[in-house]
Amino acid sequence: MARIKISKVPFAGTPEQEKALDAKLAELKLVPGGLMPALQFAQELYGYLPIEVQTKIAEALDVSLEEVFGVATFYSQFTLSPRGKYQVSVCMGTACYVKGAGDLVDALKVKLGIESGECTDDGKFSLIETRCIGCCGLAPVMTVNSNVYGKVTTNQLDGIMAEYK
Amino acid sequence: MYRNTVLICGGTGCHSNHSAEIYDKFVEEIAAKGIKEDVLLVKTGCFGLCAVGPVVIIYPEGAFYSTVSVSDVPELVSEHLIKGRLVERLIYKDKEVVTKALSETNFYKSQTRVALRNCGVINPEDIDEYIAYDGYQALIKVLTEMTPEEVIQTILDSGLRGRGGAGFPTGLKWRFCRNAQPDETGIKYVCCNADEGDPGAFMDRSILEGDPHAVIEAMAIAAYAIGASQGYIYVRAEYPIAVSRMRIAIGQAKEYGLLGKNILGLGFDFDLDIRLGSGAFVCGEETALMTSIEGKRGEPRPRPPFPANKGLFAKPTVLNNVETYANVAQIILKGPEWFASMGTEKSKGTKVFALGGKIVNTGLVEIPMGTTLRTVIEDIGGGIPNGKKFKAAQTGGPSGGCIPAQHMDVPIDFENLAAIGSIMGSGGLIVMDEDNCMVDIAKFFLLFTKDESCGKCTPCRIGTTRLLEYLDKITSGKGELSDLDEMEKLCYYIKDNALCGLGQTAPNPVLSTLRYFRDEYIAHIVDKKCPAGVCKALLSYEILDTCKGCTLCARNCPVNAISGAVKQVHKIDQSKCIKCGVCMDKCKFKAIVRK
Repeated sequence: MARIKISKVPFAGTPEQEKALDAKLAELKLVPGGLMPALQFAQELYGYLPIEVQTKIAEALDVSLEEVFGVATFYSQFTLSPRGKYQVSVCMGTACYVKGAGDLVDALKVKLGIESGECTDDGKFSLIETRCIGCCGLAPVMTVNSNVYGKVTTNQLDGIMAEYK
Repeated sequence: MYRNTVLICGGTGCHSNHSAEIYDKFVEEIAAKGIKEDVLLVKTGCFGLCAVGPVVIIYPEGAFYSTVSVSDVPELVSEHLIKGRLVERLIYKDKEVVTKALSETNFYKSQTRVALRNCGVINPEDIDEYIAYDGYQALIKVLTEMTPEEVIQTILDSGLRGRGGAGFPTGLKWRFCRNAQPDETGIKYVCCNADEGDPGAFMDRSILEGDPHAVIEAMAIAAYAIGASQGYIYVRAEYPIAVSRMRIAIGQAKEYGLLGKNILGLGFDFDLDIRLGSGAFVCGEETALMTSIEGKRGEPRPRPPFPANKGLFAKPTVLNNVETYANVAQIILKGPEWFASMGTEKSKGTKVFALGGKIVNTGLVEIPMGTTLRTVIEDIGGGIPNGKKFKAAQTGGPSGGCIPAQHMDVPIDFENLAAIGSIMGSGGLIVMDEDNCMVDIAKFFLLFTKDESCGKCTPCRIGTTRLLEYLDKITSGKGELSDLDEMEKLCYYIKDNALCGLGQTAPNPVLSTLRYFRDEYIAHIVDKKCPAGVCKALLSYEILDTCKGCTLCARNCPVNAISGAVKQVHKIDQSKCIKCGVCMDKCKFKAIVRK
């Protein structure tokens, strides 16, 4: 089950984002089972699902906020707190794990000074352990935003992180 | 006419290794050299041999170039495409032997490709290429020559069983759904399970990325057979390339009149939508998947009623796995006898496995059922790297078990794998060597299932947590021998009482490692040692007096736990050490030991 962590960062949505969300919600209102696609769209738009956005979705799709919150916290890809500018993800699939992904996570925690699922105070880096991303041929794999690094060893980490300083 | 065809792998593995940039570089170089009219560039799906990616194949020679980088492209263009000379340096070498063509490699020789027939062969973003390889012929045959009952009988006769893991006969599933009485709306659904959640399994992803139309065609055939006109493909959100190719494929099929209203003017309607998962392993379970498509928390529900009677939105529903669908069109075209001629008595056809872990040729392989694990690992997989010894192969992911060396000659099929305490599963096959601790592996899977347990039923929610506590206790050196019996008892209790497949199979990794590697558990409990040197609470690194003070270890330590002056014996600060072992790997004087 997803760990529930609610951010204290104030919500800062723009009118453009709100307009895009409204348009999508009007479309999804007619689709059976539209709540999941709505949450996926909103997360893509805002990067996370603050309570303001959940409330809006609940009203637009005519479901209770409790149900929206229930779905948002059930799936691990939805997050209720903002991510860092650089999201560092280490694949913890079996192939990566047997090739030492756990060591990468341990080393990154020390380097960034955060636990997995957390964001650094300056908002720059967040660290997560992801489920198998299916690049098992490159194990162990880590990604920083959409950049993929394969066959990573702990002593390459400084070099990789330096790209994002 | 083109003089050369260049195939560039666009599967996730190669894509992550910059194959898209390689493609762009080819476009640029070919234009610069003025040979645009002579060379056809194709971005294909996965070739399978991900270990040596990015992969480029150039025809007519069939030259198989491996680990290509962007900077190699100018040479490939000027040497191979212009001067017609192979670039030997980049040609794949099979155990040191230069192997010109893909089909000659040990990796491909023992494979039979049915589900993967088009992967790495066609451009998945071009419906015409699929059609050129007999695509949509089976759908036309079904709509013009066969009754729904004949279609179902053909699938039944072929012996095709569900490739998602449980192995339920596909034809039977279709028949149940055809015979199910719909409500007054008359609606039935066809669904595709592409929520490939088993860590280490990526065959469904490769099929969606490499041959998306094969799945669309098969779903249309299934819809005709059961009387449905709407389908859903439920894909994990972790597979962005697969989703985008599927979207393109659905758009093209609609444009060609192969999806939508009145398909090919034959009076059959079928439409298809994609729904994305959002990272919940339990959604691979059929009832949970359908609940998730309905937009709710993906919790499973008790069966009966079975989905064939009451599935998605409470309508009769057929749900099959991607790989299952990928076999359907071939069975219709080549006949059930052809399919049933492959495999063992009860498991027909082929199975795709994703080879990963401690194996030379990581990648995707498709073998006839009944092939032995030894053939897969030693011949196709190329064995274990770095001269290490094989310890176990893990199949079935978190629901499966570990197969030890003494069972390497068992022919792989549904029944045999179950008999030795594992399961076929969806096809992940992770190889482990002597450096992997089996207690740690059991713990890894339990951590996974505990996290992914949806929490609806108590045996799974509490049971997996309790099991994990035992494993934590053992790997931190606090275990007692009586824990092993207690764990076993708990395992059987969870298996018997959990609501869905996730909980019922969650104890398998523990049971199978207890069965074959009990001595490792005992070493953790009695000797307080981890024989493989993995469980960190039971080991420490120390620098011996033979240290030359070269500082290499200190410079490589990721957490700066090593101190010492040049030419002086170094020291590890145990409170900082994360026990990653980099220092020991780096030391040239064997002066660092693991205790």
